[in-house]
Amino acid sequence: MLAELGHFALILALLVACVQATLPLWGAWREIAAWQALARPAAFAQFGLVALSFAALTACFVNNDFSVSYVAQHSNSLLPTVYRVAAVWGGHEGSLLLWVLMLALWTAAVAAFSFSLPQAMVARVVGVLGWVSVGFLLFILALSNPFERLLPAAADGRDLNPLLQDPGLIIHPPMLYMGYVGFSVAFAFAIAALMAGRLDAAWARWSRPWTVVAWLFMTFGIGLGSWWAYYELGWGGWWFWDPVENASLMPWLVGTALIHSLMASDKRGNFKAWTVLLSISAFSLSLLGTFLVRSGVLTSVHAFATDPKRGVFILMFLAVVVGFSLTLYAWRMPKVRMGQAVSLLSRETLLLANSVLLVVACAAVLLGTIYPLVIDALNLGKLSVGPQYFNAVFVPLMVPLLVIMVPGTVVRWRESQWSELLLRLRWVALAALGVGLAAPALAGEWSIGAAFGFFLAAWVVLGSVQHMVLRWRQPGQIGAAYWGMQCAHIGLAVVVAGITGVKSYEVERDVRMGVGDVVTIEPYAFRLQGMSEVKGPNYRAVRADVEVLKNGQPIDRLYPEKRRYFSTAMPMTEAAIDTGFMRDLYVSLGDPIDGPTPQWSMRVYYKPFVPWIWAGVLLMVLGGGLAAVDRRYRAASPRTETMPTGVAPQGGA
Amino acid sequence: MKKFLIPLVLFFGLVIFLALGLQRDPQAIPSPLVDKPAPAFSLPTLDPAAGAFSPAEMQGRVWLLNVWATWCVACRQEHPLLVDFAQRHQVPIVGMSYKEIQPQDVQAQGMDANAKLQFARERSQVWLSRYGNPYVLSVIDLDGRVGIQYGVYGVPETYVIDKQGVIRYKAVGEVTPAILASKVLPLIQKLNAS
Amino acid sequence: MGAFNPSALFARLAVSMRLWGLGLAMVGVMLSPAVAQGPQPAGPGVAAPPTAASEPTGSLSAAPLASGQAVAAPTITLGPEAAPMTEEPVLEARLLKLSEELRCLVCQNESLASSRAELADDLRREVRDLLREGKSDQAVKDFLVERYGDFVLYRPELKPLTWLLWFGPFVLLLGAVAGLGWYLRQRRQLADTAPALSDAERARVDQWLKD
Repeated sequence: MLAELGHFALILALLVACVQATLPLWGAWREIAAWQALARPAAFAQFGLVALSFAALTACFVNNDFSVSYVAQHSNSLLPTVYRVAAVWGGHEGSLLLWVLMLALWTAAVAAFSFSLPQAMVARVVGVLGWVSVGFLLFILALSNPFERLLPAAADGRDLNPLLQDPGLIIHPPMLYMGYVGFSVAFAFAIAALMAGRLDAAWARWSRPWTVVAWLFMTFGIGLGSWWAYYELGWGGWWFWDPVENASLMPWLVGTALIHSLMASDKRGNFKAWTVLLSISAFSLSLLGTFLVRSGVLTSVHAFATDPKRGVFILMFLAVVVGFSLTLYAWRMPKVRMGQAVSLLSRETLLLANSVLLVVACAAVLLGTIYPLVIDALNLGKLSVGPQYFNAVFVPLMVPLLVIMVPGTVVRWRESQWSELLLRLRWVALAALGVGLAAPALAGEWSIGAAFGFFLAAWVVLGSVQHMVLRWRQPGQIGAAYWGMQCAHIGLAVVVAGITGVKSYEVERDVRMGVGDVVTIEPYAFRLQGMSEVKGPNYRAVRADVEVLKNGQPIDRLYPEKRRYFSTAMPMTEAAIDTGFMRDLYVSLGDPIDGPTPQWSMRVYYKPFVPWIWAGVLLMVLGGGLAAVDRRYRAASPRTETMPTGVAPQGGA
Repeated sequence: MKKFLIPLVLFFGLVIFLALGLQRDPQAIPSPLVDKPAPAFSLPTLDPAAGAFSPAEMQGRVWLLNVWATWCVACRQEHPLLVDFAQRHQVPIVGMSYKEIQPQDVQAQGMDANAKLQFARERSQVWLSRYGNPYVLSVIDLDGRVGIQYGVYGVPETYVIDKQGVIRYKAVGEVTPAILASKVLPLIQKLNAS
Repeated sequence: MGAFNPSALFARLAVSMRLWGLGLAMVGVMLSPAVAQGPQPAGPGVAAPPTAASEPTGSLSAAPLASGQAVAAPTITLGPEAAPMTEEPVLEARLLKLSEELRCLVCQNESLASSRAELADDLRREVRDLLREGKSDQAVKDFLVERYGDFVLYRPELKPLTWLLWFGPFVLLLGAVAGLGWYLRQRRQLADTAPALSDAERARVDQWLKD
């Protein structure tokens, strides 16, 4: 009964979305205020219906309704309740429903928090979001229905993949989808502005807070995914350049370029064409990511089970949405007045350089991700593109980006002087150089890679500190956005330092341990105190009791496990980690070894600086949050310009 | 202005490649050994009395090498087709039992090499007598090393080898009637004619 | 801008130096735990050489001491040092490094180093044997490519087929930078050559600004 209710709610949501996608847009075009006014209620109604549908599916999971096919595939009666809820998005159909729920949520939020916007603008934005909703709802109802019945009902479910039975599943996909879907708002604003023929600073001002919030969720989601892989998979890796990871990184890179470009468009009216293109691209990459992950064209550990029909639908949807947007772009942009000229050394130029570097990095990741597909499609063979390629290409692109981060915040708009810039930054440069040269020697063996990495991180941190101190001394209020910017920049630097540190100084010991044996990684020692068998709610595990000592003094007890879930034959490793400010101590239990005395294979890792990666991500998220709540965004809309002669201004207010 | 059309053009290029990609299988690995000599080996066969077999013994004939195992479900599904093929055509099929002993065969773990070979022989013979034996003989590759020489990465796989001992075609996965009709049989005819 | 103003310069220097000092102090605080820990062995993922566990205790008493107790004082009270999983750490380290560049053929995008599939075990065994025979890394890669094709390499080899892949981003960057430079210059020229407003136009602008 519940499943049918959920299904019905989805059908209603589709109908509402169809209304939402047509009438307000028509109303905005033909200046029919009543139809424009339909946008907000439609958005709220759609959110209510999708939420109802989602709740129905969740209830099916919690109630162990194995007559619903999707529940039978991804759940089990022994599954703890919290994972039954998380299992809702553990498979393809449910995760799409989560996507649509997020979209409805963002649409409703735009409808709710946009009272300072002209009604026609709201109508257009919500209308465009309606088109996206229609596409996804149609996809779900036609090809990915989570409410399909399984008759006769299964006696018990197939269980959620043990790798997913982890707190990471509870939070990573929702946060990530908030980001993916959030870029649709910037997209909608850009399309709405193109439709209206009004591309002024107001559009950029309105779009900014939404884009920053989407960006911070995306950052959080990617960071969570990386952290989850790190502690879950058992050998402490945190980024594999897997196609699905790349699918999330690409919109993030363009999204970062977008928030910086929006700044220039907002404050100076510059780069409109570029900002609009970035707005379209960010969401297009989200859609492309959806295609790559769910169509089966690329192989990935993260990929959902696939079906060629689904791939075709998503590709067509992608072609229509993006094709339409880019056509609109090509048609409208030539008529928009361009911004002012700027000198070679100016904030505008450095922001453009930021865009260029991020977009080229994104293009490089895209190239590497789809190259095997392209070569195969051309019948030229089969090859693989792995982490070695991406690291070789991506890292050099990030270097100039980090370098220009500091002057980017220092130079003035429009025009700036080299002498002034050098004068201000030379001590920062020297100090950063000092840190770069000294830090590796303190952390271990000196290497040029580590020195360079620490130099870049110190450059950004010290530059930001200098900037903040100087700004503090100046009169005038400092908005939250300023602190947000500095926080996010410092966060990135901390991530860079973390990555540099762990890559240069991590130590791995692959050993066989009997009870009482010790593994030493100065100044730490790991002693196996004993082994035991434990029983979990739906698994049985062998657990090792490892005492961790520093300089001979016990500091922690770790309990790595090797689990065997009842539902699958797959053994699973649960690593045990001791986290400190400067390092992680990571122990992973392997298989028992035949021999005269009982022994087990163990992997013990010393990973310095790894916590800095996660801390840096949190700082970036915090920075984004501060930037989004700046008071400026809650002010009334500034005066708007209209189009030059030749194109009649459209829309009300 | 034309430059604003560039993103659209690039995008459609991308869509075309993605559409083409939808029709390909990203996991299928074409064999680089096609048109190369079949790697030499010397392996024991299912018959304890017979000596080792080497592909050189098949020189002058067109033959098939079929990689199989008793634990392989897809092999059982293609097996009737092979049995039928063997009865109908004059093309010999040599079987290669690949990694017959699996980690879950706990009783075999403590055995020495000869005992393992015997265990594999017995199990394979039981399986073949139940499902039919299309093979003129079947070699046993217990540790998979010869399989690696042939680029085997799964079971079943089938090779068509010509009179000079050169691999001319490799089928990965089950041999289906479609594959037999469209690829294997025409090729065999062509090779036999030359 | 550009006139040499000693006192202003000095004032700026003073600020900069204070900031420099503050920055170094911050960094010092951040790194002090690292300093306290002392030097660490360098190199990612290198298994440390076998400890005293596999070496004879030499001139110590004939009574069977647990191996490892010949090492420095603190470890005597802790316990025997665990033996590494492998007898050949250098070879295994090389194997690990090499197999990170090789693909597990039957997995969903995993390297040979991290995969636990059966074929992955077989391939690692094969690579290990080849390395023992003294083959170079390139020879091992060639061996696998001969049998499985380019698919098995995670680092695509540089050949005409992959020129676009390897050089593409770099070329794109150069093109984008050149494009940026051209765009900026074009803007300046446009601004420089834009006709000045006539009086009538100026009046209209003022009117617009007032609205």
